[in-house]
Amino acid sequence: MNPNPITNEDLQIPWKRRWFFQQCGIGLAGIAANQWLSSPTLVSHALGSPISNSEKHNPLAPKAPHFPAKAKRIIYMFNAGAPSQLELFDPKPELSKRNGQLPPPELLAGYRAAFINPNSALLGPKYSFSKRGTCGMELSELLPYLGEIADEITLVRSMRTDAVNHAPGQIMMNTGSQQFGRPSFGSWALYGLGSESEDLPGFVVLTSAKGTSGGASNYGCGFLPTVHGGVPFRSKGDPVLYLSNPNGIDKEAQRDSLDLLNELNRQSFETIGDPEIAARIQSYEMAYRLQMSAPELMDLASEPREILELYGIKDPKEPSYARNCLLARRLAERGVRFVQLFHEAWDQHGNLAADVKKNAGDTDRASAALVKDLKQRGLLDDTLVIWGGEFGRTPMVQGGNDGRDHHNRCFSIWMAGGGIRKGYVHGETDEFGFSVIKDEVHVHDLNATLLHQLGMDHERLIYRYQGRDFRLTDVHGKIVKEIIS
Amino acid sequence: MRVLQPSFLVRALRFGLLLICVDCLTSDTSGFAQTTVDFQRDIQPIFSEHCLHCHGSDASTREGGLRLDIRESALAGGESGKPAISLTPAVASHLVERIEATDPDLIMPPPSLKKPLSKTQIERIKQWIAEGAPFAEHWAFIPPKKSPLPNNGPAHPIDQIVLKTLEQRQMKPASPETAHTLCRRIYLDLIGLPPSPSELQEFEKQGAEATIDKLLSSERFGEKWARPWLDVARYSDTNGYEKDLKREQWAWRDWVIQAINDDMPYDQFLIEQLAGDLLPGATQSQRIATGFLRNSMLNEEGAIVPEQFRMFEMFDRMDCLGKAVLGMTTQCAQCHNHKFDPLSQEEYFGMMSYFNNTYEAQSWVYTAEQEKTRLATIQKIASLYDQFRSTHAEWKQDLDRWVANVKASRPVWTPMVMNQLESISGLNHPVQLEDRSILMLGHTSGDVFFVGTPKLENVTGLQLEILNHGDLPFRGPGRSNVGTWDISEIEVLTQTAGTEAWEKQKLVNATADFSEPEAKQDDKKATGPVGFLIDGTDDKRWQADRGIGIRNQPSVAVVQLEKPLSLPAGSKLKFVMRMGKMVGCCRVSLTTSASPVAPAIDHRAILAMEGNDDLSEVECDPVFAAWVASLPEAKAVAEEIANVWKNYPKAETSILHVKERSGRFQRNTHRLDRGEWDQPKQVVERQTPKFLHQTGGIRSRLEFAHWITSKRSPLTARVGVNRIWLNMFGDGLVETAEDFGTRTPVPEHLALLDWLAVNFMESGWSQKKLIKLIMMSNTYQQSSRATPTSLEQDPRNRWLSRGPRFRCDAEVLRDMAMSVAGLIYHKVGGPSVIPPVPQNVLDYNYVYPSYWTPATGPERYRRTLYGFRKRSMPDPVMSSLDAPNGDIPCARRIRSNTPISALTGLNETIFVESAQSLAIRILKEGGEGDNSRANYGFLLCTTRMPTESELNTILRFIEKERKRIADGWLSAREVATSDSAKTPNLPPNTTPQDAAVWTLVSRVLLNMDETISKN
Repeated sequence: MNPNPITNEDLQIPWKRRWFFQQCGIGLAGIAANQWLSSPTLVSHALGSPISNSEKHNPLAPKAPHFPAKAKRIIYMFNAGAPSQLELFDPKPELSKRNGQLPPPELLAGYRAAFINPNSALLGPKYSFSKRGTCGMELSELLPYLGEIADEITLVRSMRTDAVNHAPGQIMMNTGSQQFGRPSFGSWALYGLGSESEDLPGFVVLTSAKGTSGGASNYGCGFLPTVHGGVPFRSKGDPVLYLSNPNGIDKEAQRDSLDLLNELNRQSFETIGDPEIAARIQSYEMAYRLQMSAPELMDLASEPREILELYGIKDPKEPSYARNCLLARRLAERGVRFVQLFHEAWDQHGNLAADVKKNAGDTDRASAALVKDLKQRGLLDDTLVIWGGEFGRTPMVQGGNDGRDHHNRCFSIWMAGGGIRKGYVHGETDEFGFSVIKDEVHVHDLNATLLHQLGMDHERLIYRYQGRDFRLTDVHGKIVKEIIS
Repeated sequence: MRVLQPSFLVRALRFGLLLICVDCLTSDTSGFAQTTVDFQRDIQPIFSEHCLHCHGSDASTREGGLRLDIRESALAGGESGKPAISLTPAVASHLVERIEATDPDLIMPPPSLKKPLSKTQIERIKQWIAEGAPFAEHWAFIPPKKSPLPNNGPAHPIDQIVLKTLEQRQMKPASPETAHTLCRRIYLDLIGLPPSPSELQEFEKQGAEATIDKLLSSERFGEKWARPWLDVARYSDTNGYEKDLKREQWAWRDWVIQAINDDMPYDQFLIEQLAGDLLPGATQSQRIATGFLRNSMLNEEGAIVPEQFRMFEMFDRMDCLGKAVLGMTTQCAQCHNHKFDPLSQEEYFGMMSYFNNTYEAQSWVYTAEQEKTRLATIQKIASLYDQFRSTHAEWKQDLDRWVANVKASRPVWTPMVMNQLESISGLNHPVQLEDRSILMLGHTSGDVFFVGTPKLENVTGLQLEILNHGDLPFRGPGRSNVGTWDISEIEVLTQTAGTEAWEKQKLVNATADFSEPEAKQDDKKATGPVGFLIDGTDDKRWQADRGIGIRNQPSVAVVQLEKPLSLPAGSKLKFVMRMGKMVGCCRVSLTTSASPVAPAIDHRAILAMEGNDDLSEVECDPVFAAWVASLPEAKAVAEEIANVWKNYPKAETSILHVKERSGRFQRNTHRLDRGEWDQPKQVVERQTPKFLHQTGGIRSRLEFAHWITSKRSPLTARVGVNRIWLNMFGDGLVETAEDFGTRTPVPEHLALLDWLAVNFMESGWSQKKLIKLIMMSNTYQQSSRATPTSLEQDPRNRWLSRGPRFRCDAEVLRDMAMSVAGLIYHKVGGPSVIPPVPQNVLDYNYVYPSYWTPATGPERYRRTLYGFRKRSMPDPVMSSLDAPNGDIPCARRIRSNTPISALTGLNETIFVESAQSLAIRILKEGGEGDNSRANYGFLLCTTRMPTESELNTILRFIEKERKRIADGWLSAREVATSDSAKTPNLPPNTTPQDAAVWTLVSRVLLNMDETISKN
């Protein structure tokens, strides 16, 4: 194999080629990448200082965080559609008692629901809760596996957001704004910290169930340069778009073609002297490496049966949420900075009891397995895992007696690893599960805290655009100290 | 490692040196030593960055009563009473005391701001104060002026100005570019396509100017230059958000192409897009132009509150105006007074108010031919009415008498005030307007109900009016894609005051002004007569489509209560309406008149008699028409007219545009507290920002458009010129093309920008003249090769010491591949073309785009500009190559260089088809033998012949791959056609093996940096 057409001989050359090496980091990156390929399970080392000059031509070069980080990477399981906190995370015995009654009028002052007339009857939770773990965290019977890791997680019951429709709500959670055009969390993370993976993108997106309401903007780069956007890895067809060579072109022909291309580009660099040409060679080389590494990554054949069992994966080839959870672990192992799963399934305006149960069945085991698996590999300490959606659901009924409407005043999420407190419940809602009564955590507060765990000050992670310093947290956000261990 | 170490050292040294040089160069224009401080260059950025957040124009966040953006205030100081800036050495400047303080409670900026000043910055401020602390207005807010040209040798004004700056920095321009590279540069810049070998020959014979003139008049020019405007105008073929449904807006895109090809003066270009509908005698084309304002995303998600997302559209409209035209960030002032630029929140909403008084209209777009037919139809009808008048001498008196009779016999209808307006599904939230009509925008819902507490004393009947509204497609009244509706059932229920139960009231004797004749869909289902409203089944629906040309008009139905209704005060009445195609606007009224009915008179005539409708779009007098229709002796005329209407053309497409609200439909603009759509405060007067040029009395949107394009505007011409420059040189003279505000440093070539801006206005705002002017300069025509010296002195070519070189835009890249492959199919305009997209991309949509059938045949190879753009599913080719998806305005693309784009160029369907097709072209046209063919292929892609070394590299590759094919490692047919069973369309005397080898070569040639770059 000759993945790097440039040899040591090339060092004995006039300024241009030297420049080519030095300013563009091609030689070093190439060598580093070769080492990478020979040790596929290598996990990224501690975040060091920026790799100086190569950053000039590689905006994704690793950068030092603002302060020592607890988490080096994030796996964000975005359960889209607004999972019902009342059936999953937030036990409300009083709501059961008042099932069928109208909510107290004072509760509804100034309240606007998305679909229903707010003055609709209260609907008791459909499932029972019990204490789990030594911490005694109360969780729904629908989440037996999450219960097994109750002592590993922080459950936030006091989330709040501004949006009450899906697309704006998802954009709000993922970009900190209801209006489109802002960078997503993963893009900010890459912008702030760079990527540690030489042969995989730094921000990978995995999807199951249907397309999300927020669409590609959920993981878009907004006004940040394109390189910071999330790259979807797909369960069917090419795992990365256009990864496969055209029909008839085998691996060797591809290698030969890239060697020819690189050589022609190198010659043109000799005459033209534009450093961008060197960066181009790097991109094509990384594309080649991606062609080698992505199929290997997506192929679960090497995973032992007990791991597939742990995640509840029946057929490792069949696309599923569980498969994506395992892929997330494999991506984390390979140094990918930000992995985001999207599972759009939770919009239970009706058929609540059955559908929430089904969704929990599809996701609970694998979500918990990911945490366990990361832990047993020593990866949980510096991997921050988040599970949550875009808003919550109303304690009031929608339709007959088996649905809940959108609700922005409170919802629940959980987190694990990456310096997050273990076995802890943060925040409280009132007896109806209508409003937060203690320790409200706004989306901006959550994002400020997540950035903090990545070693970044959310007030200093800024990008100037249109003369304004933009932040993920806009002008808000305070770190939720209680949930940090 | 021994080999690497010295190079690290060299690198460190060189970089250290470079940084020092850059630092001293950027801070000074005349030499290496810092002499005087320039407020705009040195101080303003420090103030903006570190001070103005709390000491700027925004009084609400001002600390200590101190503002530093105005000299007088800074000299006077704040609440401390001490001058912040003191001009007498005897008195200390309080500002200096505070920025030099060490006590964390005193030091400025406060540590909590996390924006400490550096020593250099402090020294610079002190020096500036010592020099008298001169303030200067921000450069971009002063109208541009032409400075005298330096007259330093070159003939071209651009070269004179550039040379002056280069000489000041001891730099030299590069030598002229080689003919082939220049030719390719000109072609790519003007038409976005590379020259063919014969076009290169022609260029070499005729020279640059003749070629430029030829290309400027090519239709391809508009297709290339429309793109930057489409970017900043956030053009898309879908609505965005969750549903992201298709929209038809390509007529506006075609308008832009046409305007650019016609070289419509830039001021006119802006006026028509901002206010074309208000121009005297506005044409269809001018209405289409206002589609610019409607390119915003549009939320159709279930249960949305339409006003929220209408306001989001307004914010977007302002953002677009700011980025595209003013070069100003407006977004900040949406929520509060701008922190850095002197734009107040009041002024933001004052500007918005020019745009906030519109209907979000949708209208048909007719071809020129159709427009003739349409006008002829209307004229024919008018002449039939004239004929009728000529045979009825007494028509006026008869008409008046008839009107008086109609009015007299009309029951008194009292519109209901509703306390509750809902849809059972919750998907739609109706709102009641001042005239008591009920508007139902947002997601459609088939079942709505309204509850009121009217006076219920002997109520005998209920009237349901189905009404037009400017926000509905084609004014409605329905929500179908042609503005029609149908209603399956209405119900009236009452709840007696003090009780809980709802009692259904029996409705009888439905009448309407018009119903379609009964049409049966099957045994159960039917449409037509108004009686279906109260027949107790949802299977049969009332419909009143009067046919093409006249279908978008109101209707009315009246039903009687079987028993007159009298209930105690406070009793509620609930009106329930179930629909198939949803009604967009309606009004419910009650009467106590005996046996009320709806007369068979078109309801729009009744509304007109009562002066009760916005009839601005009605083509003939509805009252007269209704009278004629009511006359038994005019039956023949009425029938003829009905026949004439059938000639009315059916448009193939429509446009989202704006239409001004007038009279009592005018909408006030409120300041929104914290920019929240549901927190309206005081009404804001229409106004233009005070820090920009004043012309006085700007009342209408049209006047605002004229204000913006006034030659006194400091921004409009500069922003326009900068956009053109940026698309030719890769970066703007002002790098932040979207922002010329106070945070934007004085550009390196301000004198050049200003000269060009003034010249642009003097040359009648001609974009073509401007482009030609730039192209004829040596600055543009110099070589783009970088020497070690020029790279070190001018690493980013900010000083223009060499020609532009950068990777082409996504559209140019894809067009180039199709063009050199001989696949491209040129046709200007029309519906957007569906490109091939991998199935795993299509599968991941919230709403699956079932219309996604990729074009085949020549249409497949239309220019990329015409490719269908879906917002929530950005085209993977486009997005990997940095094209924006249209969610928000994009004033400049940031070019990336990623493995994903590499994979796209190597493996994406259209690129692969181009490689295969290029192979055939090379075999057909490239002569005999590998040398000749390799030369030809290389020439097609790069517009130059390969060097011997390049040629040999390619030949070695050919040799190896030919052997691999011969040895059976590769299937020739599969490589050449993607299908091992298919034979390529071979020229004589060539083999599938040839096609395969050249496909492999072509694929590489199409991906070469030199191919994909403008050199």
